[in-house]
This record gives sequence, structure tokens and C-alpha cells, in this order.
Amino acid sequence: MTRQTGHDLSVERPRKPRHAGVRLIWYRIAVLTAILGPGFITANVDNDPGGILTYSQAGAKYGYALLWTLVPTTIALIVVQEMASRMAVATGKGLSDLIREEFGLRLTFFTMIVLALADLGNIFAEFAGIASGMSIFGVSKYIAVPIGAALVWYVIVKGSYKPVERILILFSMIYFAYPVSAFFAKPDWRAALVKTFVPEFRSDAAYITMMVGLIGTTITPWMQFYLQASMVEKGVSKRDYHLARWDVILGCIVTDVIAFFIVVACAATLFRSGHGEINDAAEAAVALRPFAGQFASLLFGIGLVNASVLSAAILPLATAYNVCEGMGFESGVDKRFSEAKVFYLLYTFLIVLGSGAVLIPNVPLLKVILLSQVANGVLIPFVLIYMLILINRQHLMGEMRNRLWQNIVAWTTAVVMIVLTVMMLWTSLAG
Amino acid sequence: MAEILYFTEIQGLKVYDLKGRRIGRVEDAALVPLIDPARVDRFLVGGGWAWLTVRWDQVRSISLDGLYLKDEVLTPYHEDEYLLRIGRDLLDQQIIDVNGRKVVRVNDVTFELNQVRGQDVLRVLEVDIGIRSIFRRILQGWVPRKWIRRLQAPIAPNSIRWEFCNIVEPDPQRRLRLNISHQSLEKLHPADLADIVEELGPDEREAIFEAIDSEVAAEALSEIEPKMQASILESLDAGKAADIVEEMAPDEAADVLAELGEETSEEILQEMDTEPKTEVRELLEYEEDTAGGMMNTEYVAVDESATAADAMAALKGNQELLESLNTVFLIDRDGRLTGAVPIGRLFVADAATPLKQLAAGTLIKAAAEEKQDRVTELFDKYNLLTLPVVDEEGKLAGVITADDIISVLRNK
Repeated sequence: MTRQTGHDLSVERPRKPRHAGVRLIWYRIAVLTAILGPGFITANVDNDPGGILTYSQAGAKYGYALLWTLVPTTIALIVVQEMASRMAVATGKGLSDLIREEFGLRLTFFTMIVLALADLGNIFAEFAGIASGMSIFGVSKYIAVPIGAALVWYVIVKGSYKPVERILILFSMIYFAYPVSAFFAKPDWRAALVKTFVPEFRSDAAYITMMVGLIGTTITPWMQFYLQASMVEKGVSKRDYHLARWDVILGCIVTDVIAFFIVVACAATLFRSGHGEINDAAEAAVALRPFAGQFASLLFGIGLVNASVLSAAILPLATAYNVCEGMGFESGVDKRFSEAKVFYLLYTFLIVLGSGAVLIPNVPLLKVILLSQVANGVLIPFVLIYMLILINRQHLMGEMRNRLWQNIVAWTTAVVMIVLTVMMLWTSLAG
Repeated sequence: MAEILYFTEIQGLKVYDLKGRRIGRVEDAALVPLIDPARVDRFLVGGGWAWLTVRWDQVRSISLDGLYLKDEVLTPYHEDEYLLRIGRDLLDQQIIDVNGRKVVRVNDVTFELNQVRGQDVLRVLEVDIGIRSIFRRILQGWVPRKWIRRLQAPIAPNSIRWEFCNIVEPDPQRRLRLNISHQSLEKLHPADLADIVEELGPDEREAIFEAIDSEVAAEALSEIEPKMQASILESLDAGKAADIVEEMAPDEAADVLAELGEETSEEILQEMDTEPKTEVRELLEYEEDTAGGMMNTEYVAVDESATAADAMAALKGNQELLESLNTVFLIDRDGRLTGAVPIGRLFVADAATPLKQLAAGTLIKAAAEEKQDRVTELFDKYNLLTLPVVDEEGKLAGVITADDIISVLRNK
């Protein structure tokens, strides 16, 4: 065993010098780079094809008018994600483990079924994203999707985990294609900034649906499970938690900054030219071409495919982990198939079913993606309530349980989320 | 053959008094491990305002039809630290399957029903994991007990015998009261124990390292990934941590201490015995990704003028190192490295043969500040098992062994 750190997500952790002087600063940097990761990755995976579609739609249909929703959404996202990571640090256990231990098997079972179904819908959406992204480059979905699925499966199961993590963090850097794309679209920056901080309410149903969609696509159930599990995996200590918290906050802000640029890019082009409604994310990319040239369209395409692949790699794995942990089956890609049958079967099944469904000719892509959002919506209130109950339990959290003000902020967030979800379900089912 | 009952069947079972009146339902069952590790000692019965306690010797019969009492003088239930409650403390929690060497989650518990002096006595037989017990839990209370039994028949059972179950209890006081020992864990291979520990939460991890023998703890700790090693040592009190670190190989001890914060590692060093402390301190002086940082000080060196017989005597004097030793080093009067003799050659040489004659043709060595990558290359190029490391004056400072190289490569 040598003095090498095990699972750094980002860069090689600088070794800790043992001579006085700059030691403290180096140590701080070392800890920060070691911790930077889970919050950041989770937040970025959040900008998946469903997210890109929603943000593009918001920009194309309403211009800058909906930008203000990003501010409260960011706050809610930070509140919820911070709770998940705090629970990870305080208990050293994943969310599904805690639900199982504190609420029993039956509740866990049904939660896991809905989670798996919702995630299956999301996985479908990710592969649909690969399909439409690659169509920009003229690649048929019958080629792109099977190759993408096989690649994802192989890298996770047969590759070793650490290089995969590095690839993932590298991938998420391509998200900066969006600000670049927005920059080429020459938006009205002044108007954009004003609309970000001055809320604009409208009473028409479509506007409200769009607003709810924006929030719903940003705060999803699986993220809470995933983030908590990665934090546990990372093994952040209570002492270093204040640094991990910054990772989470930074990740949330970056997510929504990228969302901001997607909205702005679409507002400056599609909305300005009166294009209005777009039907999938690839269309948004194509529509950008005449305004910002070949370059913007190319970047949008790359960004979309990257977002899809990244989410498609993480979601099936995260789902299989959560379900198996909650139900007490052995899990982990370091186990052999004979040791963790349920885990591998579930993982494979999710990828095969999710990607296979995209290949069905004339499959109503948008409807299925919508259904997955409904499943997400049904689940999120439960997940938030579970989290709020757990994080207030003294025997689990000790000193790290919610303070009064944290409870006020978190419960407000939960109630708003629940109301919005009910509104979204109602409008989407009625519509 | 004794009859079988599941905890899911006992929970919610109706309880009847002497006259056959229903007085409530079974909420939980509990063992008192200090008295008997497997017998169900109390049934906790709900109904009315509070829970009542039914002692095992107050029970006449138990079956799927209900629990019948033979004594109605029941005491109210109150929190008792000596009780291991199946429903609260065992169900849905993680335990260690000592035989299968893994961490499992408890879905259900199987009891064995025996007749003892005309009354029914339950003993814990197995802890159930796997799909069959999940099935029982989900249907529990929704489908009649007898139907569940019939429906689950085609599913293969998956259980762990109670004597192979090791409960992990973070609170040391309660561990004593519940008579939980981690002795069975000490018999596991350290690498298996390390795998198990890595799967548990931080509190449970700490509890195990606190309870087991320092030597076993040291061996297991060596097998755990560096960051987790550090957090485990940090959570223990300095005295116990020092006991464990002392038992580790000096290079590994130095690695672990280097992962810790300055304060904690100093605290642990303070608590250590002088001899291992000096060795570890010396190793801590080297940068971690150099030959000096990789090496350990567990080697045997003799004077260059010595004979094979002298070398054999030196080996006899260092028996604790023999397991991993494959070379004897030669040094001059100032401690400078002058040769290396593969142990095998000692066995076929005459006792009087000077070691110089037995030394390998070329002496491969590395300077203490040599980079890790370069060291790995040397091992590959010369097919080494052991590589001596020398300081600026050419003095033998330590050795790097192939297992260190394997760890480096695995962590890349």
C-alpha cells in the first residue's frame, strides 16, 4: 500500500508535503480537489436531454420571460442537495439504505419500484437524446443507440471504475459548449439579466406548465439517491464537510448557469425570429444554425450527445445500486455476476429496455418522456418527505440534524415542490 | 421435527388469555442474549394503552392461529437495555454473515418451535435474506399467513444460521449488555474482514476496530483503501490507534499516518512504543511517491565478510520477517550496501562459503529520492522481488517489495 489516494474524481491529488510552511494551504487544496466531484457531477448530469429540451422550449416560446424561475430553483436545488450530502456524511449510508432501515421493507419496496420505473423513463429519454443528437451529424438512430448502449454497458461493467470517473468529469466539461453556443447567438444581455431577477407572472396555463416543467426537470428523485450514494462512496469526513458543501453548492449553481445560457441562446434566436414551439432538442440545434452559423449548431449537437451519454452511463448504474441496496441484494461492479445477479440483471435490463424502446419505429418519444416526468413527479414529494423525516432524527444525524431555519427553508421547498408537482401532474394529465 | 415459524408470522399474531379472550397482538419479540443467545425471552404485546411483556414461560402455545397464555400476570413493557428486539434491532438492519464473509440485510427471522415441559418455546434458527423473505414481508398482514406459506413454496430459501450471524452494535455499553462479541470476526482472513468493514457505515466500522484484537485490526487495516484507513484511525482514541499502528509493517504505518492530519498523526505517534515509533518517523521523512516513501525497514543485512552460516544465524534471529523475506543484504562497516544474496543460495552453499561469492552478479538498487515510476520500471526490467533502497551516502535505508509495486499499479 503506498501513499496514493484511492478514488479521486478530478485531478491527481497533490501529495501532502510534510514540511511546515505552506502545508496548511496545500492541505486545504488537496482536500478540496479530493472532495470536488460528487456534487459537481450530479448537478451536471441533471442537465440531461429532458432538461435541455425543457430549457430550449422555455427560451423558444417565452424568450427571456421565464429566466427568473432559475433563481428560486437554484435555491431549492441547493437546499435539497445539501441535505442529501449532509445525510451521507453524518450516517455514511445511502438514502435507500436509510429508508430501508428507518421505514421498513414494504415501503422501501414500493419506493424502489416507482424509482426504477421513473428511472427507466429517464433512461429512455437519455437514449432518445443520443438518437436525436447523433441525427444532427447524420447518424441513424439504429446505429447510434445500440452502439451507445453497448459502450455504456461495457465501460461500466468491464472497465475499471476509476478511469470511468475521470472520463465522466472530463465529459461534463463539454457543458461549456452551451455558453459558447449562446455567445454566438448574440443575445440581448441587458434584457436577459433584468428578466432573471424580476419575476414575471402570467396566468395562462401553458406558461404555468412550462414554469413547473423547468423546476421539475431540475429537481429529480434519482439525483438525491445518486448524490448521497456518491458522497458515501467518496467517504467525506464530518470535519471536511464544509468543503463538500461547497462542491454541492457550486455544482447546483453551475447547473443553473448552463440552463440560463440554454434559455438565452434559444431566446435570442428561435424566439426572436418567431419560431416558437420546438419538438425535440435536435430541432433546437438545427434551428440555431442560420443564426449562429455552423459552429453553434455543431456545439449544440456535441453538447446534447455528451449530456445524453453521461446521464445514460450514470442512471442505470445508480438505479441498480439503489434498488439492490434498499432491497439488500449484493451490488457493485467489482462483484462477479454470480455474486450480484440481481444487480447485473437489473442494470442490463434497464439499458436494454431503455435503449430498445427508442428503436421501436414511430415510438412517441415525447409522450414517453412525459410519462417518465409524471413518475418523477409522483415520487419527488415522497423522497423529500423521507429526507426531511430522516434528517431530523437525532439518532441518525446527531449534531448535523436540521436546525430550525433549515427546516423552515426545507419544508417550504418541499411544500412548494409538492404543490408544483400536483399542478404539473394535473396539467399534463389534463392536457 | 421441530416446527418452523417466521417473525413475519408472529408479528400481529393474536394473543389470548386463559379464558380464550383476545387481549392484543404481538408487536415484537425479544431475546436476552446474556441469558440465552437464541431463545425468545419476551413477547411484546400491544393492545389498549401500553405494550405488555409476556415472558417465555408464560406462554402455553404458539401457532399460526394465535398465542395462548398460561399465566395472565403481565407487566407493562418498558425500555430494557438487555433486550435484543427482533423487529426493532434486527429486522432491516445490516449484519455480518461470518460464514459467507459478507454483509447482509435482514429480511425476516426463522424460529424453531419446540415443546419444552408442555409449553411452546421459540428459538431463533436462521436469519432470512433473499427473495423468499422479501416476498413474505411484502405480503405480511395483507394475505393470510397460511396462503403466504403456500405461495412462497416455489421460491428457494436463502438463510444464514443464527450462530454465524454477527450483529454490529456501535455502542460499547450496549454491546456488553447484548453479549455481542466480535471474536468470530478475528478468525476471518484479514482481507475478508477488510471487505466487510468497507461495506459498513462509519460508526459500525469504528465499533469493530475498537473491539477486535490489535494485531488482527492492523492486518485488516492494511487491506483497506488509504482514505478509509485514515478515517478509521481518526475515529478511534489515540491509544487504540497507536496499538494498531504499532502492529502494522512500518512502511504501511507510515503511509497511513501520512494520510492523517498532522495533529492526529502526531497524537498517535506519541502513544506508540519507542522502537516502532522511530522507524515510522524515519520513513515519514521521505516524500510519498519516491523510493524512500515506498520502502519498509523489514530486511536482514549482514556484514560483507560474513559466511553462509552467519547469514543463516541472522535469519534465525529475525524469524518474524521470514514469511516475506527472499534476500539477505551485505553491507560494509559504514552500513553501505555492497551486495545482495538470494536466500535460496544459502541453502545449497557450504556453511563456510563467504557470502560475497554467493552475491548476485549485478547489484540493483535505488536511491531514496528515486521517483515511483522509475522504481516500478526497475522491478519490471530486472524481474525483481525485492529492491534495496540507499540514502545519499549509499547506506542501506530500506527495501521495496513486489507487493508494494502491485499496490501502486492497482491504484493507478
